[in-house]
Amino acid sequence: MSTAALLGQDPGWITLVKGLLVFVFCVVCTLMAIWAERKVVARMQMRIGPNRVGKFGLLQSLADGVKLALKEDLIPAAADKVVFIIAPIISATTCFMAFAVIPFTGTVTLFGHKTAMQLTDLPVSVLYILAIASIGVYGIVLAGWSSGSTYPLLGGLRSSAQVISYEVAMGLSLVAVFIYSGSMSTSEIVAAQHQWWFSVILFPSFVIYVISMVGETNRAPFDLAEAEGELVGGFHTEYSSLKFALFFLAEYVNIVGVSALATTLFMGGYHALPGLTFTESWLGGWFTLFWFVAKISAFFFLFIWLRGTLPRLRYDQFMKFGWKVLIPTSLVWILVLATLRVMSQRAVSRPLVIGFSIGVVLLVMLATTLYDRSTEKAKAANVLPDLPAPRFPVPALPGQSLITHVQEIEAEAEMENHNG
Amino acid sequence: MLHNSFHFALTVGRTATPEAVQFWILAPLAVIAALGILVVKKAVHSALLMAWVMVTLAIFYIAEDALFLGIVQIVVYTGAVMMLFLFILMLVGVDSSESFVENLKGQRIPSILAAIGLGGLMVSLVGRATVSAPAVGLKDANSDGNVQGLAKLLFTQYVWAFEVVSALLITAALGAMVLAHSQKIRSPFAQRDLSIARFRKDSMAEAAGLPAPGVYARHNAVDVPALLPDGSPAPTSVSQTLRSRGDIITSSGFALESIEEQED
Repeated sequence: MSTAALLGQDPGWITLVKGLLVFVFCVVCTLMAIWAERKVVARMQMRIGPNRVGKFGLLQSLADGVKLALKEDLIPAAADKVVFIIAPIISATTCFMAFAVIPFTGTVTLFGHKTAMQLTDLPVSVLYILAIASIGVYGIVLAGWSSGSTYPLLGGLRSSAQVISYEVAMGLSLVAVFIYSGSMSTSEIVAAQHQWWFSVILFPSFVIYVISMVGETNRAPFDLAEAEGELVGGFHTEYSSLKFALFFLAEYVNIVGVSALATTLFMGGYHALPGLTFTESWLGGWFTLFWFVAKISAFFFLFIWLRGTLPRLRYDQFMKFGWKVLIPTSLVWILVLATLRVMSQRAVSRPLVIGFSIGVVLLVMLATTLYDRSTEKAKAANVLPDLPAPRFPVPALPGQSLITHVQEIEAEAEMENHNG
Repeated sequence: MLHNSFHFALTVGRTATPEAVQFWILAPLAVIAALGILVVKKAVHSALLMAWVMVTLAIFYIAEDALFLGIVQIVVYTGAVMMLFLFILMLVGVDSSESFVENLKGQRIPSILAAIGLGGLMVSLVGRATVSAPAVGLKDANSDGNVQGLAKLLFTQYVWAFEVVSALLITAALGAMVLAHSQKIRSPFAQRDLSIARFRKDSMAEAAGLPAPGVYARHNAVDVPALLPDGSPAPTSVSQTLRSRGDIITSSGFALESIEEQED
C-alpha cells in the first residue's frame, strides 16, 4: 500500500497526535541544534563552548530561551506596530508548515494504528514546501520594513532578493528530481530512491540544491541579510525578547526543514544506508527515524562547518554567483537530463546515448576553454603600462620592479651627499 | 489511480459542509481585504492585503480540487509578484502614500471605460459558465491525477498558447529591464582605480588616504580638523559634506597650550 493511501486511512486523532509530535520534534531539534552549533563552532575555533548549564552545557539554549522571554519587549516609536508584530509570527508559523509533508519514517504502528510518520501527503508536496518558503520570506521582509530604520530595511531587501534568486536555482534543481521520480509527492520520491539515491544519479542537482539551501536559509557564508559587520543585526536589529526568539526559532527550524527536504529528495529519506537495509525493520519500523535524524544531522553539521570555515560573500559576488553560475548551470543540466530521460523512455540504442553524453561533455569543455581564453585575453589587455619610479619611498606599483626602485632612491641620496 | 488515494477529494458538484464552513469564514475576509487594498493609505499595507487575498484565493482553489493551481497561485503570486511589488514600493518610497497628481492627462475616462468593459466581460463569462450550467467532467479531467491532466493539456492542446504567453512574459520582463537600466558613460571607480589615481597625483601627500579628523581629549566629533605636524589645521581631514555645509569648528580651542606654557 502506498504511503498516501496509508495516510488516507488515519483517523482524526492520529493526525492530531502526529502534528503534535512533529511540532515537538522541531522545537527539540532547534534547542539541540543551537547547542550543537555553539559546541562545534567552539571546537573549530579551539574553544570549549557552553559548559555551564546542565551536563555538557546541554540546557544552555533552554536557559537562553528563558532569558529572552523575560527580557523587556521593545517596539520602536518609528515602527509600524501591526506589521512589526505580525512579521515574527509569519516567520515562526510558516517554518513549521513545511514539515507537514516530510516523511519521517516508513510504515510504523502508532498507538495500535498502522500508519507512516508523515502528517499528510499531497501530489504536489514539494511545490507546497516551495510555496510555504516563499510566504516565509514575508516575515523577514516585513520585519525589515516595519522596524522603521535603515539597517533592518536593507537587511529585509537583501534577504528578499537573496531568497528570490536562490529559489529559482533551488526550483530548477528540484525539476531533475521530478523528472526522475515522475512525481512531486515526497513519499513517492523517497520510494523512487529505493535503489539509487538521487544524490548519486543527479549529483549536479544535489550540489545546486545544497548551495541554494544555504542561500535560502540566510546562513553563513550567505548570511547577508543579518551581516553583523555591515547591518548590525539586519532585519531583526530592532527586535527583542520573544519576538526575537521567534525569529531565532524560525531560522533553526528552517535549517532543519531544508535539511529534511534534502534528505527526502536526495539522500533516500528515512531509508537506511546502503548495505544496512535490514535495520529498517528494527523496533517495528521506528528505527527508520534514526536514519532520518542521522541524515538531517549530517546536513546540519555541514551548515556549521560552512559557518566555521568560510568568510561572508560580498553582496554583488553572491548575486553574480546565483544568477550567472547556478541558474545557467542548472538550466543546461536539466536540458541534458530531460534529453537522456526521453532517450531511455524511447529505448534509444546505447551507443547513441553514450555518444550524446560524450558530445555534451565535449561541448561543455569547449565552452569553458573559450571562456578561459577570453578572460585571459581581457587580463592581458588590462596590464598597466611601464611607469616611472615614484620619487618617494613607497611600495612599488604593479609594473614597477622594487629593486630598481630602491636602487634609484639610493643613487639619488648618494648624489645629494656628493653635492652636500 | 494514485490520485484517488489522496484524501482531499470532495464530492464534485455538491458543496460539502467543511467546504461551506471554510467558504463562509474566508470569503468575507477575502472581500474585506480586497476592499482594504483600495482604502488603506500606505502602499505597503495594501500590498500586504493583496497578498492575503491571493492566499485565500489559493485556499479556495485547493478546496475546489485544483490542488496544483492553488499551490502555484501561492508560489507565483504571493511569492514572486508580491516580492517585486514590495521591492518597487520600498525603492520608490518607504512611506509613499497615494498621490492625486495625474501624470497622464485625460486617462481617467478611457481607463474607467476599460475597467467597466473588463468587469462586464468577466461577469458575463463567469456567469455563462456557472449560472444554470452545473459543472461536469471534473472527475474525467482529473482521472490521471490533477497535475498529469494539466500537464497533458498544456503540452498538447494548448502548447502554442502556452508558449506565446511565456514569450509575452519574457518580453515584458526584458522590456522592464531595458527601461529601468541606465547606461553608464564610464565604469564606476573601483577601490583599485582610486588607489592608482591617488598615487599618480603630483604630490604623494594623500597617497595613503586623507588624514582622519582631529580627535582631542575635549572634543571627538568629526567636524574638527586634525592638526598637521607644524600645528596648522588640515581641512581635508573633515568630510567634504561638512566642509561644503560650513560645519567646521576650528581646532585651536581644543588644542593643548604649548609645553612651555603648561610648565609655567
